[in-house]
Amino acid sequence: MSAKPVFMTYTKGDVVNFVVLMALAFLVIPSIVETDYWYTSILIPWLCLALAAIGQQIVMGYTGQLSLGAAGFMAAGAFACFNFILRVPDIPFFVALGLSGLVAAGFGILFGLPSLRVRGIYLMVATLASQFFIIWMIDKFGWFKNYDTSGIITAQDIVIFGHAFTSPMEMFFVVVVVVTVLTLLAMNMARGSTGRNWMAVRDMDIAAESMGISLLRTKLQAFAISAFYCGVAGALFAFTYLKSLEPVAFDIKLSFEILFMVILGGLGTINGAFIGAAFILLFPVVLNSVGNNLFHGAIDATIISSIEQVVFGVLIIVFMIYEPLGMAKLWDNIKQRFLRSRSLRNEVPRDHKGLSKQES
Amino acid sequence: MKRRRLRNWLPAVAGVAAVATLASPLVLPQAAGAQETQYFPVASSRVGPYSAMGTGYYGAQIDYMNYVNMNGGVNGVMLTWQECETEYNAVKTVECYQRLLEKDGQRIVVFDTLGTPGAYAVINRMADDEVVLAQYGYGRTDAADGRVWPWVFNAASHYWSQIAVKMKFMAEQEGGIENMRGKKIVHLHIDSAYGREPLPAMRKIAGDWGVELVEISIPPPGLEQQSQWLQVRREQPDWVTFWGAGSGMNSTGMTNAARVGFPRERLIYVTFGAAEEDMYPAGDSAKGTYAMANALPGDHFPLVQRIKEQVYGAGKGNLAEESRVGSVYWNRGLGAAVMWIEAMRNAQEMHNKVGQAVTGAEFRDGYEALNMTEERLEEIGIKGMVAPFAISCENHEGAGKFAMMQWDGDKFVQVTDWEAPLDPGYIRQLVEDSAAKFASENNITPKQC
Repeated sequence: MSAKPVFMTYTKGDVVNFVVLMALAFLVIPSIVETDYWYTSILIPWLCLALAAIGQQIVMGYTGQLSLGAAGFMAAGAFACFNFILRVPDIPFFVALGLSGLVAAGFGILFGLPSLRVRGIYLMVATLASQFFIIWMIDKFGWFKNYDTSGIITAQDIVIFGHAFTSPMEMFFVVVVVVTVLTLLAMNMARGSTGRNWMAVRDMDIAAESMGISLLRTKLQAFAISAFYCGVAGALFAFTYLKSLEPVAFDIKLSFEILFMVILGGLGTINGAFIGAAFILLFPVVLNSVGNNLFHGAIDATIISSIEQVVFGVLIIVFMIYEPLGMAKLWDNIKQRFLRSRSLRNEVPRDHKGLSKQES
Repeated sequence: MKRRRLRNWLPAVAGVAAVATLASPLVLPQAAGAQETQYFPVASSRVGPYSAMGTGYYGAQIDYMNYVNMNGGVNGVMLTWQECETEYNAVKTVECYQRLLEKDGQRIVVFDTLGTPGAYAVINRMADDEVVLAQYGYGRTDAADGRVWPWVFNAASHYWSQIAVKMKFMAEQEGGIENMRGKKIVHLHIDSAYGREPLPAMRKIAGDWGVELVEISIPPPGLEQQSQWLQVRREQPDWVTFWGAGSGMNSTGMTNAARVGFPRERLIYVTFGAAEEDMYPAGDSAKGTYAMANALPGDHFPLVQRIKEQVYGAGKGNLAEESRVGSVYWNRGLGAAVMWIEAMRNAQEMHNKVGQAVTGAEFRDGYEALNMTEERLEEIGIKGMVAPFAISCENHEGAGKFAMMQWDGDKFVQVTDWEAPLDPGYIRQLVEDSAAKFASENNITPKQC
């Protein structure tokens, strides 16, 4: 905390982190990972869901409004994107993506309105309406699905400057770019006055109001921005991962999963969204492939499948008991310990000097 | 103190877990020996509401592959497989598809999701990946037009034929199509792509016959149906076609029908509600319900007997309960697996690769050349279990025939023979129109046959 900012409000550590992560995303991963499986089934859905989790984080972790409709906003974004590309000729993909985020944000404001009256788990129930209303609307009116009889439509190819991004690695780049930009934005918002307002409302809304923060504006802003993130995430999820659009893919289960990502990852942290998404998305995959590889033929496959779910549930309980602040906190602890042991090893002789210098 | 220590350990555990996360999907053991092998995916759904279906169907596929291996493989080529749990979920099916796609450098040649949502989620990847999507009586209907969908098959007949056969059955019970005028049918369906799939054909036929069609949807997973059945009671329909999935939803349908006093002899279940596991939980309420079959149950078929002896006799059976061998879902899975193996045999012969593994393209040719005559079915040992059929370049549907069964409270009794729709050409025309629309929307040039 005491480190000096070197670029805007960022410390040296932040900049190093950013550079390392970008190098990882654009240089290391593309040169190491060759199998399509990793791009299409692990990295792309992980980044998409992490983006949705950031959206959930904004409304729940930062503003303290319990909400349970993330998948509904994702569906709104996905279908909006499909319709923009379908109906507006030559619309650039990123424009369609941004517009679909705005459509979702509109829904976010609409369904954020109850937050002005109800709070806590009652608000959670009220926001469920978004989940069911949006899915119902898409199912009910054939226009949204271009009158497709089965209700499952094929997502268009992503075309940017005349180039179709269809290979897994290309789609991964599209997702990385969007996620990077939006994550940086979210971090800035969280650190700036916007985020301070959110957190003031979260910690005590009456106090915040008497400090001159407009509850109406702050809460609706949080809902709108949250829904924007979810909408963009939904569009990316449909266009790069599923490659088809189906309302059922955005069911209540997905909303719950995003909620769990935020809680497990750590409320009120951006990196928690990424860690939580990785855990919720990847752990069942790991358990399933470990189960099927190690016990192939040895144990009844039905029992393996059931054990996976039990193990996953137990892990969630264990994490919640021993690290209620989420995995972001755990990650911090690991980092702290690593740094401490390294600094201890290196700096034991100079310890006194260093301390006194900093104190003075 | 203890708590403290555990807390200290947690980062280490998390670290190990993270490493495992990164490493595990890359680790695929079971190295192929010197022997030639062919790799098959088993994208099973063993947990959740659809477990009865998944355990029976995929259990049979594994049992049959074991049986083939015990009898020397397919011309000496041994079968290997890998399982992945989809939970009947489209998102997970995509992940499973990618995970199963390649193993030890060998690519899958066929994929079977046993679920319309899953099939739709992967259907567009088939042509690029050169994998056959074998939809055994489910999935995208207009894929029956092989010119637009060369890589997708719905052999063992699709939902439009199924609904047409059901309406033919109703007409026969009512004493002819002319008596159908003014009758009312409720299509009570799960609100998903699968539930809506028969509607285009159903609406057309109902319009032609002057039948009033009422569509009532049940949100998934479909365990809550009371309001929908009250609606059924208000509508006073002559027939109800129930389009559910999962034994929970299907048995609830019958108990609710009993509660509102709707006669079960007027209730027709879809193939995915037509299993013993769907009927037992409903108890007496199930008695009299009609259900449709694309593979008949029974363990008297010679092949089923041999699998019981050899595979289950050696303790290698996949089902925990051997008594389920010969049930509807198990036999259906057997029917699907027999088609894989026959297609592979065809592919080997057509491409001079007898005794060798085949590629996706070769397998596709073999699948398209399937000709399951009465004699061939008898040789295999499943004569009478499925309708004889042949697949061609244009027609990927196969027989297009179904048999009606009725639950007598204890088992299914077959009430009709293998029946085709009254006018198969009409259904075929609907399929071709739909496929042509898809082709023009997506700039696909239909293949010349």
